[in-house]
Amino acid sequence: MKKFKKVISSLMASALVVSMLAGCTDAASTETTDAQAQPAQEASSSSDNGATFKIGAIGPLTGGAAAYGNAVCNAAELAVEDINAAGGINGYQVEYNKEDDELNAEKSVNAYNTLKDWGMQILVGSTTSACSIAVSEYTKADNMFQLTPSGSAEECVTYDNVFRVCFSDPNQGIASAQYIADHNLATKIGIIYDSSDVYSNGIYQKFAEEAKNKNLEIVSAEAFTQDNNTDFSVQLQKAKDAGADLVFLPIYYKDASLILTQANTMGYAPTFFGVDGMDGILTVENFDTKLAEGVMLLTPFAADATDDLTVNFVKKYEEKYGETPNQFAADAYDAVFIIKQAIEAKGATPDMSTADLCEALKTAMTEIEAAGLTSSKMTWDASGEPNKEPKAVVIKDGAYVSAE
Amino acid sequence: MKIDKKTKSNLITYGIVVAAFIIFTALASTGNLSSHMKGLLVPMIYYAVIAVALNLCVGILGELSIGHCGFMCIGAFTSAFFSKATADIIPGGIRFLLAFLIGIAFAALFGFLIGIPVLRLKGDYLAIVTLAFGEIIKNVINAFYVGIDKSGIHFSLKNAMDLGLDENGIVIVNGAMGITGTPHDSTFTIAVVVLLISLLVVQNLVNSRDGRAIMAIRDNYIAAESTGINVTRYKMMAFTISAAIAGAAGVLFSHNITTLTASSQYFGYNASIMILVYVVLGGIGNIRGSVIAACILYTLPELLRGFSTYRMLIYSIVLIVMMIVNWSPKIIEWRKRTLGKFNFRKNSGKEIA
Repeated sequence: MKKFKKVISSLMASALVVSMLAGCTDAASTETTDAQAQPAQEASSSSDNGATFKIGAIGPLTGGAAAYGNAVCNAAELAVEDINAAGGINGYQVEYNKEDDELNAEKSVNAYNTLKDWGMQILVGSTTSACSIAVSEYTKADNMFQLTPSGSAEECVTYDNVFRVCFSDPNQGIASAQYIADHNLATKIGIIYDSSDVYSNGIYQKFAEEAKNKNLEIVSAEAFTQDNNTDFSVQLQKAKDAGADLVFLPIYYKDASLILTQANTMGYAPTFFGVDGMDGILTVENFDTKLAEGVMLLTPFAADATDDLTVNFVKKYEEKYGETPNQFAADAYDAVFIIKQAIEAKGATPDMSTADLCEALKTAMTEIEAAGLTSSKMTWDASGEPNKEPKAVVIKDGAYVSAE
Repeated sequence: MKIDKKTKSNLITYGIVVAAFIIFTALASTGNLSSHMKGLLVPMIYYAVIAVALNLCVGILGELSIGHCGFMCIGAFTSAFFSKATADIIPGGIRFLLAFLIGIAFAALFGFLIGIPVLRLKGDYLAIVTLAFGEIIKNVINAFYVGIDKSGIHFSLKNAMDLGLDENGIVIVNGAMGITGTPHDSTFTIAVVVLLISLLVVQNLVNSRDGRAIMAIRDNYIAAESTGINVTRYKMMAFTISAAIAGAAGVLFSHNITTLTASSQYFGYNASIMILVYVVLGGIGNIRGSVIAACILYTLPELLRGFSTYRMLIYSIVLIVMMIVNWSPKIIEWRKRTLGKFNFRKNSGKEIA
């Protein structure tokens, strides 16, 4: 009996290993057949010889940050559809695929590898900073062109093959401090930031440095974390006691909506100043938008802007996904069109190797001047940082109004 | 020469790991392995390593720990700190070896410190304390700012500006942003070597005099104490070794991805529970089972990517089915009866897979 057990256990173990291997080879083979099948389908609709550009996107499609990942992946999909409908890039159709990373850098690399197996040539992603940094290590090794729509940490664009659409965290912090100083909005500033969040920390650090240069006085800088983001009365009280007449909130809109509500309850009414994470505050459920009256924010995108591009984009996005697009979506939509413009500038074709394509796009990026949803004029230098003007808006009667 | 049963069983475990290593390496070198699968190899192994560590604690020692990722976190951060600080000074191979020693030593130290008060107690206290430890360590590291320049190491709990670095100074640990730019040193070969070493340590410990004492404590505390076994000492020993191996898994982890942040998805409560799931499904006290379960359960959600968001649902169903098929007494009985009729060699293992 004991021998029987032993034999059976070793058999089971080996069977597990075998089935695992079988699992991988299966996955690999289906992937290749998929990859072969899709161009075949495309070929019938494409006017050309069937070659297509393959663009992949990565973001958190499940979990707590799913709103951001879905915004990026949906908008990129919409952009690809628009491009294909208008005849593609240089006459070549574009194929698109997205993968989930669950806001996990490890999974983001797995997602990247999956997309690579699919045949991706250009990456739009990752959506979040830490994931984007982890993936850039691999795109660098493969020399694949990476354009992150919303990875805002400084380190995201360390490598020369990575560019971004959004402002970097430091840029936002510096721009905010300069804007406040230039417009004499306040002399005493309180800050409430999320110390457990990379984005919030990054902006806060640069803001504080720049504020010192501009002789702005930071009278209180209080932190919270994602584990205690329901009660902000202590942080607000400290800002109030210190006499802050402007409170800078480099945080996402959900926490900001609570801060505004609680400040109102305690009768504290300074100017609140936010950054692009604040975009979306008017859409928070059960939030009295009157409280956001007078809130200023720096944002590259406002969904209710009246220019044709924005109106069209918002309309299509709402029709297709039933949501109002946020700045993440706008960044991703721009990203795909920027890639289109860069490819067209160099006359690149899909049959080029990924590395050649990357080299071509790298030089193209420094030469093109793009206009999109997030700015009417964007240029890049070799470092990968975009040069565009920050737009300040103020909330008036429940809508964004240009602050100038 | 006669090989006894336990040695044989241990050799089978090593054999499986080595065989899997050879197969995967062969597949990779002939280009038959997709890049997705190649990327999964190292994570798969370090989760197997930490599952072995946790099985030593839960299965052999019989104490529930639900914060083992905290030790992994310590190992990851201390070794990544070392590697980043010395990246330009020490050559790759030696640096990685030293990083291992540092990561393991610090994880073991924390395991030891936690063990001192807790392991004197009976009952589920360790579970609660390790749970708290895992959360505390995460939050503490999130508040750390450490930088380095010519005059030495600077440290702050407030923010990076307070470090007062000169122009050439670099911030190594940047609060919630953690450590970025750790050298990418982990390879499949190194990971497999680490797994083999941890298997060697744990399996030899289990079959030693000390191991028998540890299991005696698990099976009957009072009886073990009355035969003169120093209960606290042996508990400490097992727990510290377990923490050290978890630290080694952390070193592999931090040198596999370039961004290391002390956030919940890697080192939080859920991650620790996930490893407990590997251990429970592989069989509590069954070291080989932990390795196999960790490898399968880590790769499964990845291989299910084709189902997009439904993969979470499928994954949970597979977990439930595996649990029932593996451990329900009725099913085990049925399995034996049905398979007994046939020649069981044919398809015995597939039932589980």
